[in-house]
Amino acid sequence: MKNLPAISLAHPGALIATLIGAVFTPWVAAGIVLLIGFFASYLTALSWADLTFVLPATAFGNVIVALLSRFWLHEPISAARWAGILLITLGVGFVAQGPSRTEIPVEVDSSPQVVAK
Amino acid sequence: MILALLDPTPGPLTATAMIASVVLCSTAGEVLTAAAMKSIGDLDDIRAHSGLKGAIRAVVTCPRFFAGVGFLALAFFSLLFALNHLNLSLVAPASASLTLVTNAIAGKIFLKENVDRRRWTAAVLVCIGVYLLAH
Repeated sequence: MKNLPAISLAHPGALIATLIGAVFTPWVAAGIVLLIGFFASYLTALSWADLTFVLPATAFGNVIVALLSRFWLHEPISAARWAGILLITLGVGFVAQGPSRTEIPVEVDSSPQVVAK
Repeated sequence: MILALLDPTPGPLTATAMIASVVLCSTAGEVLTAAAMKSIGDLDDIRAHSGLKGAIRAVVTCPRFFAGVGFLALAFFSLLFALNHLNLSLVAPASASLTLVTNAIAGKIFLKENVDRRRWTAAVLVCIGVYLLAH
C-alpha cells in the first residue's frame, strides 16, 4: 500500500478507483489470497477443535512475524519483545499438550427398564 | 459527524469504552463463528463426503456464521475508530491480549468448553506475551 499514491477522502471517485486498482496490485492481491487461505484454515480448525485451543495456538503467528521482521527485514527486537516471544511459545506448548476438543459425554439412561412381555 | 462531536483527546473512561467495544465485538464474533463451525461438524469429513463445494455450501448456509462474521467486521471498524483517537501502542496490545482472556471466559460459559488449568495458563501466558510483543 505504501507504493501506491496517497489516498485522499476529499475525492470519493479517485478513492474508489485507487482502492479497486490496489486489489489488482500483485502484493495486495497475494495478501488477500493468503488472508482467504488463513480464514479457510481457521474455520476448518474450529470445526474440529475448541476455540480455547485454536486461539492461543494461532497466536504463534505473532512469533513468526517477529522472527521474520528480525531476520528478513533486519528490524531490531528489544528484550521485552524476546520475552513476549518466549511467553507465547510457552503458552502454545502448554495448550498443545492437552486435548484439542471437549468431549461432552452422552447421557445414558441408567434407570431400570421394564421389558414388556 | 460523530467524530467531530467527540473530544479530540479522549479521557481514560472514553479510552476504556473504545477498547472494551473492540474486545466485546471481537469475542462475540469469535464465539459465534466457533459455535457455527461446531454445529456444522468436521469440515474435513464434509469435504471428503460431498467435495469442496459441499463444504463451502455448509458454511455459507449457516446463519450463525454470518452473525459471527458481522461481529468480527464490527470489531474491525471499532478498532479503526479507536485508532483514530488513541495511540496504536495502547490499542493494539490491549485489545489483542484482552481478547484472549475474554474468549477463554466466553468459551467456558457459552460453548461449554473444558477450560482447565492448562488452558488458563496458556491463555494468560499468550496474553502477556502478545502484550509484550505488540507494545
